[in-house]
Amino acid sequence: MTTYKPFLEVKNLNVAFPTEDGLVKASSDISFTVARGETLAVVGESGSGKSVTSLAVMGLHNRKSAQISGQAFLNLDSGPVDVISADEEIVRKLRGKAMSMIFQDPMSALHPYYSIGNQLIEAWELYNEGSKEDGKKRAIEMLDLVGIPAASKRVDEYPHQFSGGMRQRVMIAMALINNPSLLIADEPTTALDVTVQSQILQLIRDMQKEFNMALILITHDLGVVAEVADRVNVMYAGKIVESGSADDIYYRPDHPYAIGLLNSIPRVDKLESQRLVAIPGQPPSLIHLPQGCSFRARCEFADRVPGNLCATTTPTLDQKGDGHFSRCHLPESELVKARVEIGGRK
Amino acid sequence: MTQPLLKLEGLKKHFPTSTGGVFSKVKGTVKAVDGIDLEINAGQTIGLVGESGCGKTTAGRTILKLYEPTEGKIIFEGEDLAPLSAKKMKPYRSQMQMIFQDPFASLNPRHTVGSLIAAPFQIQGITPEGGIVEEVQRLMKRVGLNPEHINRYPHEFSGGQRQRIGVARAIALKPKLIVADEPVSALDVSIQAQVVNLLEDLQDEFNMAYIFVAHDLSVVQHISDRVIVMYLGKVMEEADKVDLFSHPRHPYTKALLSAVPVPDPKIGRTRERIILKGDLPSPVNPPSGCVFNTRCWKAQDRCRTEVPQLMQIGTNHRIACHFPED
Ligand SMILES: Nc1ncnc2c1ncn2[C@@H]1O[C@H](COP(=O)(O)OP(=O)(O)O)[C@@H](O)[C@H]1O
Ligand SMILES: Nc1ncnc2c1ncn2[C@@H]1O[C@H](COP(=O)(O)OP(=O)(O)O)[C@@H](O)[C@H]1O
Ligand code: SF4
Ligand code: SF4
Ligand SMILES: [Mg+2]
Ligand SMILES: [Mg+2]
Repeated sequence: MTTYKPFLEVKNLNVAFPTEDGLVKASSDISFTVARGETLAVVGESGSGKSVTSLAVMGLHNRKSAQISGQAFLNLDSGPVDVISADEEIVRKLRGKAMSMIFQDPMSALHPYYSIGNQLIEAWELYNEGSKEDGKKRAIEMLDLVGIPAASKRVDEYPHQFSGGMRQRVMIAMALINNPSLLIADEPTTALDVTVQSQILQLIRDMQKEFNMALILITHDLGVVAEVADRVNVMYAGKIVESGSADDIYYRPDHPYAIGLLNSIPRVDKLESQRLVAIPGQPPSLIHLPQGCSFRARCEFADRVPGNLCATTTPTLDQKGDGHFSRCHLPESELVKARVEIGGRK
Repeated sequence: MTQPLLKLEGLKKHFPTSTGGVFSKVKGTVKAVDGIDLEINAGQTIGLVGESGCGKTTAGRTILKLYEPTEGKIIFEGEDLAPLSAKKMKPYRSQMQMIFQDPFASLNPRHTVGSLIAAPFQIQGITPEGGIVEEVQRLMKRVGLNPEHINRYPHEFSGGQRQRIGVARAIALKPKLIVADEPVSALDVSIQAQVVNLLEDLQDEFNMAYIFVAHDLSVVQHISDRVIVMYLGKVMEEADKVDLFSHPRHPYTKALLSAVPVPDPKIGRTRERIILKGDLPSPVNPPSGCVFNTRCWKAQDRCRTEVPQLMQIGTNHRIACHFPED
């Protein structure tokens, strides 16, 4: 067996934004790794810090206004580089080449007034010597690869001439034109219909194989996660609350939030319509995080933890099994009961 | 047999558009809704699904006569509402309500929650027993809002709470029919379940009929008794929920269902998937024959020339396709 060699290693990353109302603790104590060829899915409700964490890895936060600490190493052939502490000029040169990102809205990455071809060529020229013709050849090659029909013709068209799904493909072509080692896909299919979503997910997976990329897929759709993820980080209120293999998360969830989330979704393949098990309440404000566990106000198991620990002490992300971590004080014996109770109520 | 609460016969809504360049005078029409028949009874939920742009919202709004229908009948408790003037519609308004996808956009930001929920009483000139304030607070409590927050503004509430405000307003006059247009699509999953449960509880309590419009098939599967699948303004398939989800007969329904991701790694990774080519064609210029023929893997010459009619294929099961699935 080959040893696991992560391409990205994030260690104790914290991102906070000072605002008029106070400090927004958007990502706290984030540690994870992802290797080339591996797919890490990140799930969590909106505002749980998924995008903020990825933007930190991409070095895209304004260093003057965001408070960032911790490390995010890219293990390049030439040696590791910490994106958080490296010179901004160095990080800029890693973007698009060592690491790339795609977004929910392709128009955030595409310029409306330049032809698709010109934008792709420009991205290519950042890292390649060669003529415009070489660049255009490469652009057409990429458009073809991502499934744009008649690529050599459409390369001269403008973003508005493409449908939503096709634009998503163009953005993927642009993100991959320099063969990155890491791709972060932030809700790439959230705005798409399911039929187009499955096309785009298939494309992302094909591209991951083609380029042997490390892939971080951010989504709030637990169905999408189940289909693509090797490993999963579940985020809540800025922290990773559970992390493990897809099987760990779906068949042996450990954290009350993860258990609740899985129970709250209706399934298209389950025809018995029992009542959904909703998680009561809503996530806390990231400015006024409660003391202790951030999930406590919504957790029905807090009172099973001895010594009022949930209210006083922030749980740490502890190992529960091989590669399986959870941030919860609940003792194993109570957890087993909790899983049965929540599951059985369905 | 008793008459259904609502019966639609050949309901159509076409919008005029100008096609071509700036100087073109050629007018076209978007056949946003191009012939829907359905029957719904008290206490029943019909799900309306299909990809964005297929006409779900237009159908919902036309049913409530928020849009004037182009053609067809909207028979509510035996009376056709389609030809009624706004004035004659007024008594029916209180019996048919709408819940919107984006609770924020549908709520006037300058009004307090109290006045938002009270609006239906004022519009109809009704004073509920015990007075408006008491009734509003009772409604707030019923939908899971804190009645002490009656003087707060919409922006002071979370997305899920705002949807509860929308629900309180919709049920204020105890309507018989609610059209809910993507009511949980904008909400996070844990909050979605809260609102879905609330809608189900209210239906049990008041025996309301729901037309539940959504593109999320998992939610529709959960909440509906019957389901209608639309594509480019036309009904492709209509069946009882269990039939439709366990045994879809229309190629489009089959493809749509197979594309829904299942939150179970073992099933999700092995499930057979029909990946449809391309995107939805433009509704201004829909394909001839069967509107689905440009993306259908079964399409043959006949599909490109002859429009398939909606036909009975089993008990309470209808599809529009020349070559149904087994
Ligand atoms: N530049 C910023 N300034 C202040 N707050 C921010 C900024 N960017 C993000 N946030 C806040 O950080 C939290 C996490 O956001 P985000 O990572 O975008 O969540 P999501 O999990 O939905 O991607 C949110 O509460 C968001 O409002
Ligand atoms: N007021 C309108 N004027 C012109 N076209 C419209 C109008 N409303 C909707 N449409 C068109 O009708 C079609 C159906 O839209 P809609 O009912 O919103 O679909 P859905 O809710 O299924 O996404 C779309 O092509 C849309 O552009
Ligand atoms: S630490 Fe306590 S409150 Fe937090 S999830 Fe575990 S049991 Fe619930
Ligand atoms: S009528 Fe033809 S094109 Fe339309 S769904 Fe049936 S087989 Fe496909
Ligand atoms: Mg985000
Ligand atoms: Mg709509």
